[in-house]
Amino acid sequence: MKNIRLTQGALIAAMLAAGAAQAGTLTIESWRVDDKGLWEDVLIPAFQKKNPGIQVKFSPTAPTEYDSALQARLNGGTAGDLITCRPFDKSLDLYKKGNLEKLDGKPGMQNFPASAKVAWQTDDGKDTFCMPMASVIHGFFYNKKVFKDLNLQPPKTIDDLHKVSDAVLKAGKTPLALGTADQWESSQIVFTGIGPNFWKGEEGRKALIAGKAKFTDPQYVAAWEEMSKWGPYLAKGYSAQTYGDTQNLFASGRAAMVAAGSWDIGYYNQQGVDFGAFPPPVAKAGDKCFISDHTDLGLGVNNKSKNKADAQKFLEWVASQEFADLYTNKVTGFFSLSNHLIAVKDPVAKQMIDWRKTCGSTIRLNAQILNRGEPNMETELWTVNSAVLNGKLTPKAAAERIQNGFAKWYKPAK
Amino acid sequence: MKKPLPWHIVVFLAPALLIYAVFSAWPLIDTLRLGFYTTSETGSQHFAWLANYQMLLFDSDWSESFWNAMGNNVRFFLVHMLIQNPLGLLLAALLSMRGVRGAKVYQTVLFLPTLLSVVIIGFIWQLILSPLWGVSETILTAIGLADWFQPWLGQEETALYTLSMMSVWQFVGIPMMLIYAALIAIPDEIIEAAVVEGASAWRIFWTIRVPLILPTLGLVTILTFVGNFNAFDLIYSVKGAMAGPSYSTDILGTYFYRAFFGYQSQLGSATLGAAVATLMFLVILAGVGVYFFFVQRKLQRFSF
Repeated sequence: MKNIRLTQGALIAAMLAAGAAQAGTLTIESWRVDDKGLWEDVLIPAFQKKNPGIQVKFSPTAPTEYDSALQARLNGGTAGDLITCRPFDKSLDLYKKGNLEKLDGKPGMQNFPASAKVAWQTDDGKDTFCMPMASVIHGFFYNKKVFKDLNLQPPKTIDDLHKVSDAVLKAGKTPLALGTADQWESSQIVFTGIGPNFWKGEEGRKALIAGKAKFTDPQYVAAWEEMSKWGPYLAKGYSAQTYGDTQNLFASGRAAMVAAGSWDIGYYNQQGVDFGAFPPPVAKAGDKCFISDHTDLGLGVNNKSKNKADAQKFLEWVASQEFADLYTNKVTGFFSLSNHLIAVKDPVAKQMIDWRKTCGSTIRLNAQILNRGEPNMETELWTVNSAVLNGKLTPKAAAERIQNGFAKWYKPAK
Repeated sequence: MKKPLPWHIVVFLAPALLIYAVFSAWPLIDTLRLGFYTTSETGSQHFAWLANYQMLLFDSDWSESFWNAMGNNVRFFLVHMLIQNPLGLLLAALLSMRGVRGAKVYQTVLFLPTLLSVVIIGFIWQLILSPLWGVSETILTAIGLADWFQPWLGQEETALYTLSMMSVWQFVGIPMMLIYAALIAIPDEIIEAAVVEGASAWRIFWTIRVPLILPTLGLVTILTFVGNFNAFDLIYSVKGAMAGPSYSTDILGTYFYRAFFGYQSQLGSATLGAAVATLMFLVILAGVGVYFFFVQRKLQRFSF
């Protein structure tokens, strides 16, 4: 009897010891629920081949709950070791609260260009707190079959876009799949997607931050002007059309074009659509084009992590050629931000990343600094842009509302 | 001689009291307390008297959307009062008539949506009303009313009422059941006496049955009021926390959600959220108070 007790005791002790060894598991916090399989089947095994013995767990939370859930876990000290960073202020806020570790000079960081790091730096650019992981590019997809049947070419200028749309409309199909029920598309895909061509990308974005331009200036109002003309090109009842409806509409071939982002490539490939991409059209033929090449995902280290050494090893691997290649080609439509040269295999993804060669890259207009005050510009833009597309707000009124809200709290740095 | 402390009473009350105190009373009191604090950029909280309330009620960034949410919530409540509860009364009256065939089946079918998850309700109705593949347009076309079709959930003018009707459809079973139970509890002798006196069914209903079930109607009213001013899930599952288009479906619940949890790049604030929750609590408290002091007291004289 006593012996059995001893064996039991020994067993429990052994299990506890094993448990302690297991405590070295690295947990990754993320909102990319869709990528769970990919992390577990491809990325983590690839990492473990290089670094045997380090257990990694990918633990995603739904995107709408991610920020609040993460904050709660960070406060309670139960958050994962590696934290997927939203760009700009959400992560800056975490850094200011001391939740994220400073990463400057850490191995791997040298593999990223300065422009990629901006999204995860303090305003003075002195501290970097997340490693850039991926960006998404905004643009339009078109259904190759519909375009061929109607003998159309992907539009290059705004005029082309209207001509193409009119032709599709005449043929009895929906020219552009886009809905305003979920509101975010109106802002993130449409306004900040087509807008850079009007406000000249970074130039227009920085002018707003510097206080040299106002939203009521013609280059910004022009973007709203263009959007206000889109109503007739959208599906009937588009004000109640959700993003899922939009995806179905384009995938089923009922719409000729869709305002989308590179993250949708995987979905449409899966649906078996034969499609191509074109960048947001420019005002006049020959104008320089600008694209929204939005730095969307970063990876940071939890300041309270017990496995910082392992977390660093993982980050180092994230900065490697291997990760860049795997991520870009397996998570179609998310483009690695590192300096490594990668061959993009998917034809549409390749098309989109090649825009970087001819067009100027910028990020979403309001992503940096402008979202900081009250009223919050991101939510205001969702509302206003949807209202403009719905024909409920004139471009001028939209510009005034955004500018007034902005001027209320923003004092540009001298 | 001093009476010994009635220990058994303490022991019997303790579990319920403890659970109530820990899970109901304490969170409520702590919410009231938290509403007086503000959160700084580094995440620390400090006492700030009525700063949150001043912001919510007088700073136009917050007050405009607060009053918008309040107005929408009142409309949401009115739709329930004007449609859900009369409909519940009508159904209950029909079901309580003698010799209704399949009354139990109707009861079950009408009550069924109440048991469904709000997420399912929202999803089904979104599909039904979808302008792209919903059946509502097909049905309207079939009866020659195709022109009447609108993207009801997408228009600022109609979205809130559409959502209210979805909620009515879901919850009509509750007033129906409560009123039905009250109606069948009326003693048969009273009704029979009235029949013998020669009163018509219409007259019996309005002058005998309705006065006798007034306490239940009052109860239904207060339950609707509390339920509607705490509503959140249906709006959130159909329109998200932004309650679009242009906040036309924003009610206090979604407004609270944005203040407490934040949304997109808007950072949430537990302290501001607590202040919103306190305001919601006060609104409901006021409503219930009015009911208890002015309605409930009068009603009691009628009950038997």
